[in-house]
Amino acid sequence: MSKLLDIRGLRLEAGPMGGRTTILHGLDLTLNRGEVLGLVGESGAGKSSAGLAAMGYTRDGVGITGGEILFDGIDLARASAATLQDLHGRRIAYVAQSAAASFNPAHRLIDQFCEAPLLHGTAARAAAEADAIALYRQMQLPNPDQIGFRYPHQVSGGQLQRAMTAMAMACRPDLIIFDEPTTALDVTTQIEVLGAIRDVVERYNTAAIYITHDLAVVSQMADRITVMKHGREVETAKTRQMLAAPQEDYTKSLWAVRGLKRPERSAPEAGPLLSMRGIEASYASAKVLQGVSLELPRGQTTAVVGESGSGKSTLAKVIAGVLPPSNGVVVWQGSPLPGRYQKRDRATLRHIQMVYQMADTALNPRHTVRGTLERPVRHFTGLRGAALGARVNELMELIELDPAVFLDRLIPELSGGQKQRIGIARALAAEPEFIICDEVTSALDQLVAEGILRLLLRLQAELGLTYMFITHDLATVEAIADRVVIMQQGRIVETGDQSRIFSDPQSDYTKRLLASVPQMDAGWLNGVRQRLAS
Amino acid sequence: MKTLKSAPTTALLGMLILAAVLLTGVFAPLLAPYGETEIVGVEYEPWSAAFPLGTDNLGRDMLSRMIYGARNTVGLALLTTGIAFTAGAALGMLAALKGGWTDQALSRVIDVLMAVPPLILALMLLAIVGPSIPNMVGVIAVIYIAPVYRLSRAAAMNVVSQDFIQAAQLRGEGTLWLLRREVLPNISSTLIAEFGLRFCFVFLFIAALSFLGIGIQPPTADWGSMVKENATLITFGDITPLIPAAAIALLTIAINFIVDWMLHRASGLKS
Repeated sequence: MSKLLDIRGLRLEAGPMGGRTTILHGLDLTLNRGEVLGLVGESGAGKSSAGLAAMGYTRDGVGITGGEILFDGIDLARASAATLQDLHGRRIAYVAQSAAASFNPAHRLIDQFCEAPLLHGTAARAAAEADAIALYRQMQLPNPDQIGFRYPHQVSGGQLQRAMTAMAMACRPDLIIFDEPTTALDVTTQIEVLGAIRDVVERYNTAAIYITHDLAVVSQMADRITVMKHGREVETAKTRQMLAAPQEDYTKSLWAVRGLKRPERSAPEAGPLLSMRGIEASYASAKVLQGVSLELPRGQTTAVVGESGSGKSTLAKVIAGVLPPSNGVVVWQGSPLPGRYQKRDRATLRHIQMVYQMADTALNPRHTVRGTLERPVRHFTGLRGAALGARVNELMELIELDPAVFLDRLIPELSGGQKQRIGIARALAAEPEFIICDEVTSALDQLVAEGILRLLLRLQAELGLTYMFITHDLATVEAIADRVVIMQQGRIVETGDQSRIFSDPQSDYTKRLLASVPQMDAGWLNGVRQRLAS
Repeated sequence: MKTLKSAPTTALLGMLILAAVLLTGVFAPLLAPYGETEIVGVEYEPWSAAFPLGTDNLGRDMLSRMIYGARNTVGLALLTTGIAFTAGAALGMLAALKGGWTDQALSRVIDVLMAVPPLILALMLLAIVGPSIPNMVGVIAVIYIAPVYRLSRAAAMNVVSQDFIQAAQLRGEGTLWLLRREVLPNISSTLIAEFGLRFCFVFLFIAALSFLGIGIQPPTADWGSMVKENATLITFGDITPLIPAAAIALLTIAINFIVDWMLHRASGLKS
């Protein structure tokens, strides 16, 4: 087979003269016609930069300082702007992570589809439109004859992502770069998009580079996988071989992340810590929660699972008192809680703490770590002076960060995982009984996320905490939850012990949700699509 | 010190001019050869060794009045801007934090203030309360609360939507803590830059009011009224009345240089 893409010793550097950082340290990549290569790595590994470089493109401030990018014999690293312009869209196309942000909201989908064929002169307007409809049909978009005449905000995220892939196919390119195309989608939507992408890539024998941090996804899509770390290739192998027998330690550690398991626990003590009865809540006129009743057993982890819009975060807001319910009552240790946090006393506020999804916005960037932790400690426990300092040090040790190193840093000087740890420490500062964890790991890389989950489990064992764990990630649920609550469109669909939910789901929605979670098995996507189709 | 070294020449020049003007104001009695209101010669004397910039319409030394004028004009402008900022920023942040009726009520009052052209509003209010220095400071401060309120409300809106505000609220923090410790540090760079710009406007405003005769009252020296008092000299081809005008222009430009640099730093742009 002929090589379509041959990247040799590619170096990328960014930043001003003098303070340059290297993004890629001499990367080698090859891609044959019709082959799908998966690029896997954590954030900052350089996989997106490598993907863009395969198009001969670099982000602002990034420069190619060495190596060559041979696309069908043309060196893109040295090609003129006119050559690149001719290749882009016609022979090389790109599908971005967020289709919603990549489409121009002021134009209809089909107008944007036709841009590339008209620009490159591969088709006339009428032919391009007909082709768009044919591709929409192949991408299994609903109502393919009309969907193109809608504006981007009128179709759903999963449909947009498929429309974007169709658009990339418009000139039948030789190579498509997919940059995390399904990361922002719900699992049940993701499976449709993955299937559609793979069908169309196979049908036209298009080569593709598929960039993702999700190993299970890449094992469905790619023929070959390259694992990257800190701008270097770690390991490359055929997908099945990589899954079965990873060679490098780093690859093995990535593969092993999903091995986390919570310790077995005895049955909960009598009486729930918190319960809810008939909760209804709405934003303006939109009803988000409809008759939710739930009990959270003391000392255990209850996972609330659902896709976006299921009302799981709203439930957290109701418990915390940010959004008072329009109906129903939240009962804390036997007595009803006032709906608004302003009406709750300090002891109640203290015992219900929250850890947020985005540690960046959950911590005040103008405060130091010390300031962030001292305030709640003083506020809730009244400690002063040396005792206060000792308590802050103790908190830092609980979250496994060195007080001497971190206490006087400003929040923006921390990494994502460290910020999330500080977020947890701030919750612990109140010495709470109950912590609401709202998607605490979904913004983090897998290895970092695993560290956070381990920490949460350890803290629970040491301090006897009760967690409500809001997430859309079923792998996380399997790792840490005692009980699982499945939510859909503001209602609870199913509740039960974790093992029961996973082994014997009752409702159709739960079954579909469980079936949609990508597995680390190259044949999974085919199998599950057949089952869902039948 | 390190940030100062990285500052562009324009900003350094601006800081130099501002420092010179401030020092002149502070040490006016030591620097000025004559008293502020002392009549030392005949009217409209030309430039000479005794009176480097000549004398004014009543025979007072121009140079001495320029030096005292720096103290009066710049000092009052600083005071006025300070009041407008303290009140405007506090109200703006409060409106952003509380939302609902607090926000509505405050914002509509501010809208009314902004609907009337500032100079006309100032003339009207000063006609009601009478032209005196405290009244003038009060009136200009009230007028300039409006834009400061708008800006700080908009900036604070971005901050209050973030989770750390919710976390502090759920901890039971009071309004004062939320405004001072959680919101203010995040909008301070915007406010500081705005302070520089507003200072220029207030400064020009005072000069304008003085020129119109309802600002700083004679015999107090200030740059605006000095232009007015000696304006007739222009017809004789004497540039003396332009000197206080030039001083106003110079200070305004200097502050703009500094503000530009600060805005640039706050926006995080490199080049």
